Amino acid sequence: MENILKKKQIKSKRRHLSRTGYLYDLKMNYNLYLMILPVALGFIIFHYLPMYGIIIAFKDYDLIKGYMSSPWVGLKHFISFAKDPYFPRVVRNTFILGFYSLLWGFWPPIVLALLLNEVKDGYFKRITQTISYFPHFISVVVIVGMMMEMLGPKGFVNNLLNAWGKDSIAFFNDAKYFRMLYILSGIWQGIGWSSILYLATLSGVDQELYEAAYIDGANRFQRVWHISLPSIMPTITILLILNTANIIDVGFEKVYLMSNPSLYETADVIQTYVYRRGIINKNFSYATAIGLMNSIIAFLLLYVANFISRKKGETSLW
Amino acid sequence: MKYHPSLGSKAFDVANYIILSLLVASIAYPFIYMFSVSVSDAREVALFNVKFLPKGLQWEAYKTVFNQRETVRSYWNSILYTSVGTCLAVLFSSFAAYPLSRKKFKARSIFIIIFTITMFFNGGIIPGFLNIQRLGLINTLWAIVLPPAFAMRNIILIRTNFQQVPESLIESAYLDGANDWYILFKIVLPLSKAILATIAVFASVGLWNSYFPPLLYLTSSEKAPLTIILRRILVANEVLQSGQDMFMDSRSNSIAYQGKVMSIRMATIFVTIGPIVLIYPFVQKYFVKGVMIGSLKG
Repeated sequence: MENILKKKQIKSKRRHLSRTGYLYDLKMNYNLYLMILPVALGFIIFHYLPMYGIIIAFKDYDLIKGYMSSPWVGLKHFISFAKDPYFPRVVRNTFILGFYSLLWGFWPPIVLALLLNEVKDGYFKRITQTISYFPHFISVVVIVGMMMEMLGPKGFVNNLLNAWGKDSIAFFNDAKYFRMLYILSGIWQGIGWSSILYLATLSGVDQELYEAAYIDGANRFQRVWHISLPSIMPTITILLILNTANIIDVGFEKVYLMSNPSLYETADVIQTYVYRRGIINKNFSYATAIGLMNSIIAFLLLYVANFISRKKGETSLW
Repeated sequence: MKYHPSLGSKAFDVANYIILSLLVASIAYPFIYMFSVSVSDAREVALFNVKFLPKGLQWEAYKTVFNQRETVRSYWNSILYTSVGTCLAVLFSSFAAYPLSRKKFKARSIFIIIFTITMFFNGGIIPGFLNIQRLGLINTLWAIVLPPAFAMRNIILIRTNFQQVPESLIESAYLDGANDWYILFKIVLPLSKAILATIAVFASVGLWNSYFPPLLYLTSSEKAPLTIILRRILVANEVLQSGQDMFMDSRSNSIAYQGKVMSIRMATIFVTIGPIVLIYPFVQKYFVKGVMIGSLKG
């Protein structure tokens, strides 16, 4: 008995050294290692070093001392953010903007996909798709610029209002319009592109289902409601879970470009505040702490959304 | 199977077509309007007579845009960043995707874990900025083109495609004495042109439109890409110096001046989105393909 065990051990040891070890693999496939090496280095330098840099959230970062030698301060920055006079405002703005974006932005692509799926004329369908996808590929700078051209004091909308004898509206100087503009422009830019996944799922639905429903006397609307919609339900659930994390991760670039100090009451979100405190005011540690808190909440939101979906027995990410 | 459309079904179709047409119109209209303003006579623009089609055709605004040194320089910068960044993204993604697609590569799962973690966690704005600063890449091309070149999403897309290359093809190349570099460049890559084009198209659109990295990392205006200049013109409402001189003489006539400024701003928008508008019809299928495979793989 002992002998057999020993033999096995020796055997496995020998195999480890010869045919299955990483060293042997390195020797045999050095070209593959050589190929992946620069990429792994790039990932370490541009992804992992910044992650390591998060430790300055718990330190008082000093440019000269660097990451290692800067003194530890524990949770000081997190506590001072909780006491920051701007804390309630940026947190409230972030959540409201994110929540409304989800509430108003999530369903239009679904409706568009359902409607497009009912179009039998291939030409019309293609044109609609081509045009509605297009804004997705435009820089956010151009989108904001276009909005300012169309809605500015001498823009299209105000000229129209004046022509009808109404007063001009200062869209970009009044905090109460910011959320509406942000969300509407988001729908305008994303409605087509976000509908692609739903459309793809719909194109895979068995046509016999529709035929059977037709024979049973279901009308068009009923066919959409009872066949098309349930068949994209898993896709809807997955995208809803994924988008929950965006409640706090609002599109920073667009908010930054659209906002000016007169809009901060509604437009100053956590990320823009991080940018101002960190890059402009050079409070690196403080801003990193806020950013870290932001990411943790985003991850928690995703986790909770996934948890709820799994409990309900529906589709989940993991 | 033939459907016999009922009255209700026909009404559904009509309503559907109307809704979709309205949507298409509301998406297309701003572009048409802005293009018309960019090529219309300054006076007509200022008096708000241009609502849909151009009035009094002129191309002065575009000439002005291309005569501004800053705009032209930033245009070249954008082209440079986009082309270098796209090449790097495709190259590095392929270099990672090939070993990860080979079953004999033992360290596969280790690298996959290392790369996948970055899809869910990142350092955030400030650590990212400090990292680039500590690497000494501030105000260089590399700060813009290198970070997006290492993206797991692209690697996954390419790897899935590489796995579909017939194993027998690669085996026989091995037997003929070819090494992995030769197989990658002469066999696997030529068979994966469609997915490479998809990655290239996505990467180049991303780089062309990239705004925040240049804002953070490029401090000198010599290096600024088009998006930075565009923000100064459109959002911060600046009139570029060299552009101002071009129509100094028309300044006395303030209505025409206003119209001209507007035309120039619109022309700048079209110059920026021009390359995308031009390539869009040809590469649309790659975009759609990219989003589909991307979603299937998670």
